[in-house]
Amino acid sequence: MAKIKGTVTVDVEKCKGCGVCVVACPTDVLALSKEVNGKGYPFAMQANPDACTGCANCAVVCPDSCLTVYRQRDPNA
Amino acid sequence: MSFQVEITPENKVYGKTPLLTDNVMHYCPGCSHGTIHKLVAEVIEEMGLQDKTIGVSPVGCSVFAYNYIHIDWIQAAHGRACAVATAAKRLTPEKMVFTYQGDGDLSAIGTAESIHACNRGENIVVIYVNNAIYGMTGGQMAPTTLLGMKTATSPAGREAAIHGYPYKIAEIVSMLDGVCYVTRQSVQSPAAARKAKKALRQAFENAMAGKGLSFVEMVSSCNSGWKQSPVDANKWMEENMFPFYKLGDIKVATEPKEA
Amino acid sequence: MEEIKLIKGNEAVAEGAIRSGCDGYFGYPITPQSEVLETLMELRPWESTGMVVVQAESEVSSINMVYGGAACGKRVMTSSSSPGVSLMAEGLSYLAGAELPCLVVNVQRGGPGLGTIQPSQADYFQAVKGTAHGDFKMIVLAPNSVQEMYDHVFDGFDLAFKYRIPVMMLSDGIIGQMMEKVVMTRQRPRWTKEEVSQISDSWATLGKHAGREKNVITSLELDSQIMEKRNEHLQAKYRKIEAAEVRFEESQMEDAEYVVVAFGSSARIASEAVSMARAAGMKVGLLRPITLWPFPTKRIEELAGRVKGFLVPELNAGQMVEDVRLAVNGKVPVWHYGRMGGMIYSPEDIFNELKNNAR
Repeated sequence: MAKIKGTVTVDVEKCKGCGVCVVACPTDVLALSKEVNGKGYPFAMQANPDACTGCANCAVVCPDSCLTVYRQRDPNA
Repeated sequence: MSFQVEITPENKVYGKTPLLTDNVMHYCPGCSHGTIHKLVAEVIEEMGLQDKTIGVSPVGCSVFAYNYIHIDWIQAAHGRACAVATAAKRLTPEKMVFTYQGDGDLSAIGTAESIHACNRGENIVVIYVNNAIYGMTGGQMAPTTLLGMKTATSPAGREAAIHGYPYKIAEIVSMLDGVCYVTRQSVQSPAAARKAKKALRQAFENAMAGKGLSFVEMVSSCNSGWKQSPVDANKWMEENMFPFYKLGDIKVATEPKEA
Repeated sequence: MEEIKLIKGNEAVAEGAIRSGCDGYFGYPITPQSEVLETLMELRPWESTGMVVVQAESEVSSINMVYGGAACGKRVMTSSSSPGVSLMAEGLSYLAGAELPCLVVNVQRGGPGLGTIQPSQADYFQAVKGTAHGDFKMIVLAPNSVQEMYDHVFDGFDLAFKYRIPVMMLSDGIIGQMMEKVVMTRQRPRWTKEEVSQISDSWATLGKHAGREKNVITSLELDSQIMEKRNEHLQAKYRKIEAAEVRFEESQMEDAEYVVVAFGSSARIASEAVSMARAAGMKVGLLRPITLWPFPTKRIEELAGRVKGFLVPELNAGQMVEDVRLAVNGKVPVWHYGRMGGMIYSPEDIFNELKNNAR
């Protein structure tokens, strides 16, 4: 198992579903949702959360600053 | 054994800077402006310049830039941002003054003001967002529109015989003695955005050190104007814009120009 | 320290700028006002008071530099002549819309177009009515002497900051170019950083600090309901100015049967004509509006109730005369007498107009 893992939280109502984060993710964690937010946009979500390394690439390219990235060392390692 | 990353302040590696307001940006999904705004806000925050910075917003899509960063702002008439910034900096030299302008604002209607502020070597930063189109007015041709590119005012594609050629104002201003730093960046990928932020930081440091004018061009996509999806627009930009508007530093003057 | 100098009107503006504590002048050469910028560059006030002087690349740039400086809470100004002021139109509308204080001097020349470099008063309409797009006003001061070109710099800045409004000094090539004695009485220091903060921190871009939200200088508002409120606020301010700031000067009005209304250089010539008329036994008085906006409408209304007519000599095709007619409102005849294109009437010419019409 990975010693370091990451996760991404999404400000769903701010997300406009542009998908720039999806292609920026090197480990294919993110996808756009099937459902839509209050503005009618699909939004970014972790489709494959276990693969997240917390590199923050997604958040760096997010034009709407709606992604927050966390990273943690495995407490069991 | 698998573990869950805890959502705690200690584990946070990247998030929205507090210098950005909570307003939802009016920009289209995937617009480069949002990313560039964020990088500018991060640089101001990291340099501790919030109380010293005056932003000058243009006319164009980014006219409302003042809604998104917690600093004092002056909204300038179309094309005149560099004249406005000149006075703000001359009268309050301890301030960090930057303009944020699109390609219509800076390289069409505001060519004179921009070039002369560059030539006077005003100690300001000019952030020039070039997406080769007029976004706010609905996708008309810009001076920077590529040959062959279709817009509302070049529906058959830009033809040199009718519309003239796209021009590179970054290269033009790099020839002026008052300009200390000219660079062309983009923000469509994580690596590009990180480089662009470094360039902005360099520019802001130059201005505070009184080295002259720093000019940071951001080659950007306008997916609505280009009638493409955000991801496709970024790809089109890489394939079509970057060969003409080549990324990288154009001028780096290490010492201020002799008086 | 009081000082008396024999100087041109344009030079008086430059001297007045420095002595009034002006922070920045931004200008572009144009005849007949270039001495303003020339004098400032000669006097090098950045070495004495710290005042900034910039020769801009155009009048468009000058006025937008004024906009940027005013946004920072500074006393800033520009000067130009008629064609240059036309180029400033958009900027003046922005300044008014964003409620920024500043001083703009127009040393008028004849038009239209490139016109002539000779004096004229043909920019009255531009100054008081049709400056640029949108409903807005500037306070317009009309000096009639070199001394007043000096004094109006002080008055202009005071009014500009009292109301956060652009103020225009509407002079012309006669007063700008002629030499007279000027008493330079007041030297006031430029505002300190603390004073600027005290006066303008509630609205100016002095840097966002923990004590307040960000300040934004803008004239833009896409919500029509809010935009109408902003307009109503501006109009309420204009009504306040109309009630409080009308300035005019009168002579020989007590028993006057006819009134000559003239501003600026024309008022000097008209004053002599009135003396000639009095010597010939005609009961004529002179009213000189010093503020062209707000206009001395009320005083003219009062006079219209008791005199037989008004003569309005202007170096144009008939501009201020319209405001006189509005005030008189048909009660008695109102005549215009004008010369154009740089031609100037003599006191005899005006006296003859009086003789021919006042009977």
